[in-house]
Parts: sequence; C-alpha cells; structure tokens
Amino acid sequence: MSDMTDTVKISTKNVDVFYGDNHAINDVSVDILHNTVTAFIGPSGCGKSTFLRCLNRMNDTIDSCKITGDLLMDGEDIYAKSVDPVQLRAKVGMVFQKPNPFPKSIFDNVAYGPRIHGLVGNKTDLEEVVEKSLRRAAIWKEVKDRLHAPGTSLSGGQQQRLCIARAIATAPEVLLMDEPASALDPIATAQIEELIDELRHNYSVVIVTHSMQQAARVSQKTAFFHLGDMVEYGDTSTIFTNPVDQRTQDYITGRFG
Amino acid sequence: MVSMTELSKIHNSPESAARLKKRRAAEWRLKAYGILAIVLAGAALITLMWSVVSKASGAFTESYISLPVYLEADEIDPDNTGDPTIIGRANYGGLSKDALKAAFPFVKSRGDKREMYDIISGGAAFELRELAMTTPSVVGQTLDFRFLASDIADLYLKGSYGELIEQNAGGNLTVESSGKTAVVNSSAADFAFVMARLKEDLRGKAAFNRDQAALQENGRAVFVERGDLVEAAKREAERDRLIALAIELEARAAQDGGTEVLDKSSPSVLVRMGETWVKLTAVSATGGEGDVIGTLRNVKLATGDWQVYSQDLPEASRKVSDLQIVLIENLRSAGVVETVFNTRFFTAGDSREPELAGIWGAAVGSFWTMLVTILLAFPIGVMAAVYLEEFAKKNLMNTFIEVNINNLAAVPSIVYGLLGLAVFLGFFGVPRSAPLAGGIVLAVMTLPTIIIASRAAMAAVPPSIRDAALGIGASKLQTAFHHVLPLSMPGILTGTIIGMARALGETAPLIMIGMVAFIVDVPTGITDSATVLPVQIYRWSDFPERAFEARTSAAILVLLVFLVLMNGLAVFLRKRFERRW
Repeated sequence: MSDMTDTVKISTKNVDVFYGDNHAINDVSVDILHNTVTAFIGPSGCGKSTFLRCLNRMNDTIDSCKITGDLLMDGEDIYAKSVDPVQLRAKVGMVFQKPNPFPKSIFDNVAYGPRIHGLVGNKTDLEEVVEKSLRRAAIWKEVKDRLHAPGTSLSGGQQQRLCIARAIATAPEVLLMDEPASALDPIATAQIEELIDELRHNYSVVIVTHSMQQAARVSQKTAFFHLGDMVEYGDTSTIFTNPVDQRTQDYITGRFG
Repeated sequence: MVSMTELSKIHNSPESAARLKKRRAAEWRLKAYGILAIVLAGAALITLMWSVVSKASGAFTESYISLPVYLEADEIDPDNTGDPTIIGRANYGGLSKDALKAAFPFVKSRGDKREMYDIISGGAAFELRELAMTTPSVVGQTLDFRFLASDIADLYLKGSYGELIEQNAGGNLTVESSGKTAVVNSSAADFAFVMARLKEDLRGKAAFNRDQAALQENGRAVFVERGDLVEAAKREAERDRLIALAIELEARAAQDGGTEVLDKSSPSVLVRMGETWVKLTAVSATGGEGDVIGTLRNVKLATGDWQVYSQDLPEASRKVSDLQIVLIENLRSAGVVETVFNTRFFTAGDSREPELAGIWGAAVGSFWTMLVTILLAFPIGVMAAVYLEEFAKKNLMNTFIEVNINNLAAVPSIVYGLLGLAVFLGFFGVPRSAPLAGGIVLAVMTLPTIIIASRAAMAAVPPSIRDAALGIGASKLQTAFHHVLPLSMPGILTGTIIGMARALGETAPLIMIGMVAFIVDVPTGITDSATVLPVQIYRWSDFPERAFEARTSAAILVLLVFLVLMNGLAVFLRKRFERRW
C-alpha cells in the first residue's frame, strides 16, 4: 500500500440516480483515489453496479435513467455537455460481470479499442499494443500462439482476462470492474485478483464485488452500499475491522446479505 | 396450515398414479396428433408434386419430323447474291408446305392440306429461314430438314390423344376402290369388335331415351292433376316419340349383322394397307366402306398384309384428326420422327404456339425484377431496422411506426400492386410492365418482412456485446455496424431470402402494373417490358391449347426449383454462421 496516493481521480458528490420513479441511488458521495483499488460492497440490489456505471456514463444507454449530483474526473464534470461519452469511456475502461469477448479473434478483440480511437498509426505499433495489453492482463503466454483463434474459444477465466486486456488496450486512466470474478472458479479468481493488484500501479481500479474476502484481499478503500445509500466509506482495513455503522458491522459479519 | 410432510405423501397415492397416467396419455395424444399432422402435410405435398411432375413431363421433350426440302434458288436468291437480307425475304412457309406436299402427294383437298400443314410448327419455317441466312450455301440444294412438330402432332406422339390400338385381323381382305372411297370385305368377322362397341352405344342411347320418356310421363301426370290437358297431351306425344325411338334403337342393337354408320362422334376405325389407309365411314361385322387416304386400287390382301386400328377417342373430341394420325403414323413408320430433350423450353421466350414457348424470357424478367427488389429492399430494410432497434427512443411515435410496419407485413399483396399503379406508374411515370416497376412494388412489399426479420435478429444479439463495445468507447454507430449488424447478418439474410422467395412467387401486384403482357423478347434491362415466372404460369394456365398444360406444370417446377434453392441457401447461411453465446 506504499504507492497509494491521496490524489483524487474521480470525485462524486450528492449523486442521485432514478430509473423512472425508482430512486436507485440516494445522495452518494465517494472519492476514487489515484492508483488505488476501491471496492464497492453490499447486498444485491443495493445500487453499487448502478453507481459504477455512472462513472463512465454507461447508464446513458438506458432511456429512463436520470442522474443528478456532481461527478468530476480530474476536476472536470463527467456529465458536462462538452464531454463526449465515447471519449470518456476510452479513459474509463470497464470489465463486466460475465466475460463478453467479441466473437472475433483474440487479436481483434484487443485491437478493436486502439483501432476505433486511432491510438496507433501502423500495424507494428498495433501488434505491440496488443501484446503489451495481453501481457499486462497476464494472458499473453496462454494465447500468443493462437492470436487468431476466436476469443470465445477460451475458458471463462481466460475470457475475462482477455476482456481486461481489451479494456486496458485503450490506455484508460480508470478501470471499472463489475464483479469480474463472479463467474469464475477459485483459481481463475486468484489470477484475476493478482492481476487487479498489478493494475493498481497504473490505474485507479474500482471493483464491485459480492465477496467480502475479495474486497479485503484486493482493495485499499471500501465503500459499503445498502438500499441505495452509501453507508460507509473508508480504508478497507478500517471497514473490515472496525466499522462505524451497525449495518456495515452486520453485513461483514454475515448477519444479512 | 399445510403440512409439507403430509403433502409429500400424495406422491405415492393411487390418485397420483392415475394423474400420472392421464398426463402420459395426454402426451401420447399430442404426439399422435403431431404425427398425423405431419403425415397429412406430407401426403398433400406428395400429391402436389406428383401431379405437377407427371403433368410437366410432356414439356421436357419435343418432336421433330425430318423431311427433304428443296430450297429452290430461283425462289430464294435468283441473282445468286448470297446476301442474307435477300435470302431472308423468301417465303419459307411455302417451302415447308412444299416439303409436306412432296411427302404426301395424295392429299388434295383444301381442308385436308390445311390439316396436313398443321402437323409441323409454324416456327419451323423461321428455323429454315435462319438456316438459309446463316449458311447461304444450302440455297439451291435439297436437304433433310428437321421440322419442329406442331403441338398437336407432338401431343399425339406422346399419347395425349389416346392410343391407336391394333385389332386382330385374321381374314383375307378384298378391296374395291373407286379412288376416293373404297369398300373392304374380310373373309372373317374382323370388324365385329366395332359392331359390339356400337351396339353397346345403341343400347345406352335407348336406355337414355327411356329415362327421358319416364320424365315426360311424370310431367304428363302432373298436368293431368292440374287439369291442363293441352300441356298433358304435349307431354304424352313426346313420351311416345321417345319410346318409339328407344324401341327402334333396341331393335338395331339386337339385330345380328347389319351396317352401322361411323361419324365424328363414334370411335375411328382405320384399315391400313402399307402406306395407304382406309378410314371407315360405315361398318359391318366383316367389312365396311370408307374414305381412302393415299392411293388404292382393287386388290386382294392376305392376312398380315393389312391391319385394323381403332382409336376410341372420337374425332370430334380430339384436336388431331384421323388424316393427321395417318400422316404421322406413316412418318413414324418411315423413321423420320424423333423425340428429343426440349432445350427450347429453357432458352426461348413466350409464344402463342405452345411448341415454341419457353420460360427464358420470364426467368430473365424475374431476375431483373428480383435485382431491383433486393437492391432497394435490402439496404432500406436493414437500415430501417438498425435505426428502430439501435437508435430510436421508445416513444409513442416509434411505437406507432412499429405497429404499422407489422401491419404492412400482413397487407394483401394486390394492395401493393394498386399502390404501385397509382404512385409509381401514375405519379412518378415509371415505365409500365418493366422490371423496374415490378421490382419497386415487390421491394415495398418485402420491406416489412426484412425489417421485422432484421430487428428480430438484432434483438437476439446479447446486450453484453453492446456493453462491451460501448464500454471500450465505441459510438452507437460503431457498435451497431461493427458488432450488432455482423452478428445478426445470418438472421437478416435468412429473413431477406425468405422475403425474396415470397416476392419471386408473387403474381397479383405485378398484374396490377401490367406485367401480364404477352412479351416474346427476352428483356435486356430493367426498363424493358417483361414478365416474370409466376405471371407466365398464370398466363399459360389460362391458354386453351392443350400443350400449355404440360408447359404450365414445367414452369411451376422451374419456379419451385428456384424457391427450393433460395430457401436452401437461407438454411445454409443460418447453419453456417449460427453463433452461440
């Protein structure tokens, strides 16, 4: 935890999210720090995924979704009119709960982001970016001989690491992970967790997880959500050993959720 | 309160066993209904195919008659120029007729000549002209030319007008000929079969008259009851007349021997003596009197030198006359008649002469029409589907559009024809009868099908793929075109091909925009007048010539082959590019 900084990457204040009449997030304020893994924990339906998706404006695709409050990245309003969500999402990458590689080759999966954003000029550079991303996602050794095999032919854990490689290939500054290990077996989970710890050196990582052990293992900061409220936010060690709120206490000791 | 342990005991009760039995019976019944439905559908399909294929078989062969034809140089090219345009001006119809006259010099009367000319096709003269124009060296020579047989000759050769059946002839034949007519007498009762047949007919007629008399009697009784004696007397007279007629007919039928007249409504009896035939007009058990076809002198013939043929179908009930039968049989005996595969059917345009008619014009018309249809319907339909599925917000307006698209898919196709007539022909002035007009109308008709199929295919692409693309920072457009569209392409293509197959088989809207016209030329572009396969089938099915029946079925087969190929392609694409997530 030595390289953890106090620089705020994304700051959110008084965020409310509505799905039509449903008040999904109620007055949440969290600061995502630079080079830090922040974990969102909480029971199902508490709004942690919704909040995560606010950070890269993925909720824009849902017509009925309405967001109020301040969300700033590097001091700039994420929801300002001048911000193009396409540009934002290039900087704030996302990994989803279920591995969702494109039904294309492994190479094309990773190369897609750099291609559409015009990050590299020629083929050699593109190959380099793909290799670096796959290496960083700790999957290069397994796939280097079959880069042109379809991404969907990989195992679940490999697919998820491929998705991580795809997300980091666009050189994002923040990486959002929505329960990235929930569909994986313990060995694959361990690999992903190791990877998240690696990635922290280059990115701010926000991870939504149902597993409190996972949150304790990989994160430095933890936010506990409950029924749309953010109950408690602080250092992971503090949350897990000495929570302030009774609800946090009950949740982490397994009394509900 | 329900106790779960009590409930679990129900599983082992007799009632439960009975329920299980009932459920199994229901399942068995459903399976039985399913199999029955499939068997019925299969039987219907087999019946349809059998009927079409058996009727179509006649259209796949055509007959030729080889006759020597003298291409008289004085007639065709008197100055010996060798110029095709001059050669082309000659009267090849006359030359063809001369060839027939030379083959059958005994055919003299006008009516008989006309019947003789009718055994070769009117198109044969054009083929002769074509030959003379392409190879002028044949002018001045006599060559064996293969004349295309006319539709009636062809149908006769294929047995469509009944069989000419050879009967036993065991006696010696005495012929007394006056040139035009002849009296033939056999030493045995070789014509008894005709007499039996005729007497059977007489008895049938007598029975019919008696039935009619009974009806008159009923009428008389009714009028007597009403007191209308005048009408009753009329009925009585009619009844007596009919009974008298019946008695006379019965007497003729019962009489041994005697002579009966053969007319156009009785079976034909032909006596063959080599190349000369006698067509009997009156017959007794041992001989008869008839017209000579050919040349005949007084002669005595031994058994085996002459044959008796009968054609059960009366001359009035068939298009081919006895004279034509005799001429064709003579040609067949001379070995100059051949029946070959009918390539003309697949390479020629439409014609009023069945033996010259082909489907190539309609097939090319269908091709141009389908080309216009797919060029319009596919991009517009897919783009509309992309917009509605990926971009359009869910509001009242778009729901309204959606409902209307679904409704349009169910609108009867003739309505699109009316639309095409009013808007495209009437307002925009698109050429009538052209594949362009037909293609536009069919495109409008196919659009809803393509839109619905494309939307369904795109909706089936899992949202995780869209999330993945959007999550990397792809725009909505990039997501749609890089990911959603390629992944849904098999479904879109399947829907498109099925829509196109429907358009290919469509008749009604094309009739409205004038594609029913009689068009002989093969269209060379989308603005030429054209017709399409289903319309061609519709038109041929309406023609009176019997030979069109086979051609209609053959054209149906060709259309079915195209439809099966298109649907097969759709299945192939679906299987080939099917993805599982």
